[in-house]
Amino acid sequence: MMKKRVYMDYSATTPMKEEVLEEMMQFMKTEYGNPSSLHSYGRESKNAVDTARDRIAETLNAKSKEIYFTAGGSESDNWAIKGYAFANKDKGNHIITSKIEHHGVLYTVEYLVKEHGFTATYLDVDADGLIDLEDLKNAITEDTMLITIMFANNEIGTIQPIKEIGAIAKERKIAFHTDGVQAYGNLKLDVDELNIDMMSMSAHKLHGPKGIGALYIRPGIRLHNLIHGGAQERKKRAGTENVPGIVGFGKAAELAHENLEERIQEKTRLRDKMIDGILENVPYTILNGHRTKRLPNNFNISFRFIEGESLLLSLDMVGIAGSSGSACTSGSLDPSHVLLSLGLTHEVAHGSLRLTIGAYNTEEEVDYVLEQLPPIVERLRKMSPLYEEIEGGNQ
Amino acid sequence: MYTEIVMEHFTNPRNVGEIKDADGVGQVGNPKCGDIMKMYFKIDENEVITDVKFKTFGCGSAIASSSIATELIKGKTVKEALQISNKKVVEELGGLPAVKIHCSVLAEQAIKSTIYDYAQKNNKHYEELEDFDPEAAQEDHH
Repeated sequence: MMKKRVYMDYSATTPMKEEVLEEMMQFMKTEYGNPSSLHSYGRESKNAVDTARDRIAETLNAKSKEIYFTAGGSESDNWAIKGYAFANKDKGNHIITSKIEHHGVLYTVEYLVKEHGFTATYLDVDADGLIDLEDLKNAITEDTMLITIMFANNEIGTIQPIKEIGAIAKERKIAFHTDGVQAYGNLKLDVDELNIDMMSMSAHKLHGPKGIGALYIRPGIRLHNLIHGGAQERKKRAGTENVPGIVGFGKAAELAHENLEERIQEKTRLRDKMIDGILENVPYTILNGHRTKRLPNNFNISFRFIEGESLLLSLDMVGIAGSSGSACTSGSLDPSHVLLSLGLTHEVAHGSLRLTIGAYNTEEEVDYVLEQLPPIVERLRKMSPLYEEIEGGNQ
Repeated sequence: MYTEIVMEHFTNPRNVGEIKDADGVGQVGNPKCGDIMKMYFKIDENEVITDVKFKTFGCGSAIASSSIATELIKGKTVKEALQISNKKVVEELGGLPAVKIHCSVLAEQAIKSTIYDYAQKNNKHYEELEDFDPEAAQEDHH
């Protein structure tokens, strides 16, 4: 008998949809031409790439020529930040970001500071993971050239006030990049309405293939190239196009935006059922991230007195796949920088569990998690000397 | 990433719990590092460890290391228990990933810390504990 398995790690990656794979297959088997070639094989591929670009542009209320394909979210982050910084040194050398960015952003900014003479301000976040707009305004100097703040956090799901950040950047004539990897496909995004100049996206977070992403670039924003070479992507990103990947991304983007509003409602309902079910029934729990300004699919709760990796192993034994901000799961000694930035102690950060739901999760699966998780937590707590101290104190 | 022995000990840890009238109690590690081990020993007049219990806050390998360590020392004399090294713990577990070796070090230190407590209470002296610093064992063990 197959063991029951429940995948709740959709923020890590998602399964490809059948329709996505189907569209991709022909561009691997029969329509394999190089889009740069003159012949009919090349034209077929070129058309497919154009269609995918149109589909993505449409979902963002952008124009097709503003979408540039990359090899994924990290490349998009690297390109936006380094490419903009190098091309606009005349505008200043100061970059503003936040302490809870994905490493794709954080380490890129650190690199510019360390190796290229840029300076950076890392904005604090409050206990819910939100930046303070006043802090942002106060951090701006006449040297500020770029603001890069993520749309929604990958660990805790908190959604930043992107429209307001973009408005501040616009008013001060500073470019605004946002890492939209977790938000794109989970929320309706309009780059004009939200005052976004550049946005990173990744296909495999929305049932597309891995190894393909995109960067939205507003006209007038000048970037140096990251990958030099051929004339692909309007001479901005060299390398023969990953045609099957691009086709898959386009299809996945289209599918993700069909009935998006209803999907958001349904995921939010399941998310809330799971969050409330745990907070109400398991003592010594802390919700990480904002209660409502939060991705519709994100559950992140710290279970005090236990450690995340043993929680993940125990969940895996009953078939539930999640993730944790514990140091033990990252190979480093410190727990997640995001959780520590919220003001959590190391102990509480070590005990975090992230479950992220997706299109294929059912109510029954949520019920299964609600049934399995509390006894696992209780079992691990019974083994914990930290819990013993608390329980002892209560006697 | 873990051996079957590690997973078996994680799933069915031996000797979990506490001993109310323990002859020695030791705790090592700290929450900052993400693991704490606490051990309780019953030791008879012949210095034989007759009962062992542990509690651990930590990852799978920390729990498995504590579990196997308690198995290794139950029924042994204090002198024999002091000979158990972290290498022995790793060996008995069929290996640990490189980043988890510190869990086995913690298990060795937990044994020493518990015996140290027993020695203090009973005015005993063990040369194996001459270099042992119970304060340091609470600090960074990585």
